[in-house]
Amino acid sequence: MTSATSRPAAVPKAPQNPQGARPRPAPPTGAPIRVTGAQSFVRSLEAAGCEVVFGIPGGAILPAYDPLLDSTKVRHILVRHEQGAGHAATGYAQATGKVGVCMATSGPGATNLVTPLADAYMDSVPVVAITGQVARSAIGTDAFQEADICGITMPVTKHNILVTEPADIPRAIAEAFHIASTGRPGPVLVDLPKDVLQASTSFSWPPEMKLPGYRPTVRPHGKQVREAAKLIAAAQRPVLYVGGGVLKAHASAELRELAEFTGIPVVTTLMARGAFPDSHELHLGMPGMHGTVAAVAAMQRSDLLITLGARFDDRVTGQLDSFAPEAKIVHADIDPAEISKNRRADVPIVGDCKEVIGELIEAVRAEFEVERADIAPWWKQLSSWRDTFPLGYEEPTDGTLAPQYVIERIGALAGPDAIYTAGVGQHQMWAAQFIRYEKPRTWLNSGGLGTMGYAVPAAMGAKQGMPDTQVWAIDGDGCFQMTNQELATCAIENIPIKVAVINNGNLGMVRQWQTLFYDKRYSNTDLGTHKHRIPDFKLLAEALGCVGLRCESKDDVDAVIKQAMEINDRPVVIDFVVGKDAQVWPMVAAGTGNDHIMAARGIRPLFEEDE
Amino acid sequence: MMSRHTLSVLVENKPGVLARVAGLFSRRGFNIESLAVGPTEHVEVSRMTIVVSVDELPLEQVTKQLNKLVNVIKIVELDPPTAVQRELLLVKVRADATVRSQVLETVQLFRAKVVDVSPEALTVEATGTADKLNALLRMLEPYGIREMVQSGMVAIGRGARSITAAAVR
Repeated sequence: MTSATSRPAAVPKAPQNPQGARPRPAPPTGAPIRVTGAQSFVRSLEAAGCEVVFGIPGGAILPAYDPLLDSTKVRHILVRHEQGAGHAATGYAQATGKVGVCMATSGPGATNLVTPLADAYMDSVPVVAITGQVARSAIGTDAFQEADICGITMPVTKHNILVTEPADIPRAIAEAFHIASTGRPGPVLVDLPKDVLQASTSFSWPPEMKLPGYRPTVRPHGKQVREAAKLIAAAQRPVLYVGGGVLKAHASAELRELAEFTGIPVVTTLMARGAFPDSHELHLGMPGMHGTVAAVAAMQRSDLLITLGARFDDRVTGQLDSFAPEAKIVHADIDPAEISKNRRADVPIVGDCKEVIGELIEAVRAEFEVERADIAPWWKQLSSWRDTFPLGYEEPTDGTLAPQYVIERIGALAGPDAIYTAGVGQHQMWAAQFIRYEKPRTWLNSGGLGTMGYAVPAAMGAKQGMPDTQVWAIDGDGCFQMTNQELATCAIENIPIKVAVINNGNLGMVRQWQTLFYDKRYSNTDLGTHKHRIPDFKLLAEALGCVGLRCESKDDVDAVIKQAMEINDRPVVIDFVVGKDAQVWPMVAAGTGNDHIMAARGIRPLFEEDE
Repeated sequence: MMSRHTLSVLVENKPGVLARVAGLFSRRGFNIESLAVGPTEHVEVSRMTIVVSVDELPLEQVTKQLNKLVNVIKIVELDPPTAVQRELLLVKVRADATVRSQVLETVQLFRAKVVDVSPEALTVEATGTADKLNALLRMLEPYGIREMVQSGMVAIGRGARSITAAAVR
């Protein structure tokens, strides 16, 4: 998806040269000094540019926490659950573009990191996880709090390293930061046995990295770029299909230049919201299961998808066989394995999106001088879809508060400079639909793994990384009950985030499917937060050291949001009590093709058009 | 159409690398037919020979996924016409005095050799392609096979070129 060419470099740069240059780190500068393994670890973190660690100590990682107390460069934030540490590291990384760091002890501490690591892996987030391990002599003996965390996290990390020699600590940390942040970013775990941390060793920086098998391709192949430019010049119905890779490559400016000078419409996936301004006339919105009719229809009828840092996820394509049947595919991604994985690419381009788009602009300019197809008729069709089927929602007839309205107002009042995080479910889709994103890295969510409970800890990490920015967690009542204990962390560590609990008393997305596909048989989706008001989110917030507010009517929405925005010395939680029957539309039902997109229940724009 | 492919995979000689490779195959839904690992002329590099039965497109996908493993240095597909492929077979055949000479005749025919003798059985060592070893087994079966063990395939490209020389400098 992306690379670190433009990112602040934290570690000695090794294979920055494109096309497979071998790592050639600089020779060590400082003379080695005698330290403990734990001191070597903390110095390595500092040297790697780490500013903040989210974590919880425990037996095996204890030695590392002692020198951490003396570090003036690394701030440790004591979280309440390791899952919170992992998502906070992810939120920090997504908001800042730097590597997020989390830390846990061996055994259960480490296994609690598995969900956030899997989450960061699916969404390609640069995270380094540090775990304690039992002493080397005890490994493999089922020792107290022993877990084979390298084995466990193998499928959900980009790489992991068990450090078996104290002298290897600086190299392991440097490699972890380098691998996490370059190529397609992802999580890297470093497992440190207790006796390795306690041993006497030497420290020098930068260490020599040994990564003969790691050579990300950053610069695209010129011939492929020219082939893509030819297709772009000839296409009558082109679409720029933009994914999270564009954000990770810091390529928003390049994307805008390409879109504006070609006039080609843009769709931004759930992971790419903010990569292109929502207010821009070329923007058709989000594609996919709950995308706009214009975005979904544009892809279905397109003759060329210019795919940039996206991966043809099933939530975007719907039934793969009937996805964009007439489209040729240009597919640019830094991960060669994504190209032609789900949909065969006619022109594959391996490279960093910033480089690819930059070169594409030049190549397309040259092609346009020769000839270019007329896309005016295409825009006529697109405008008609956009005008006929705008995003919208109906006011509930039962007098309850519309969740979409609440989210829309938060977006309007907090504005495009704020950062928004979301959990997973209906509120997430509404937050993706009804908040207008104008800037990169202002929308953070769990796209690939769909991790409920992401919003609060991710907001904590984002706020820690961007302290002068307003950070809103848009959460559901189900999600909120999974990770709200991190509000205690926020209150104590002075991380004043704002949480909007879109409380419909139910696991809303599951309930929506039960309404649509299970004959309204509501099996285990009522959480009782309406019926019994258990928990009372206002009181819960106060118990966790936050300001607790509640809003139950449309007339109060703006006032309570403004009240929350004025509180900056503590976290704020607003319990928005909303109706339970609101649904997310448009929708492509699971297992059906995108031609069957329903703008609202029973309304199939594309289906009807063909009849 | 599923077809057999032989992949030579150069990997860093580090603990856990075999688990990474095997785990990747199983979680991405690819079946390994045979796998052999051993050292190379470079101490820090091991070589895996992996035989998979897949279509052309999934093969491309599995190769790309393998390449993403940080410890994997290089992958080369070896075509049967341009590579030497061998497996090793050890087989214990029932052979008392009455049939021993017939069994030995078969062994010689296949240019195999006897590595252990007892009054009731012979242990035969044979190397070759899977086809040759299967043919030998069919010939020995009537006498009674008491036990056998077979290695995964190893393969090397014909000619002077070295895949390790280019990958490891």
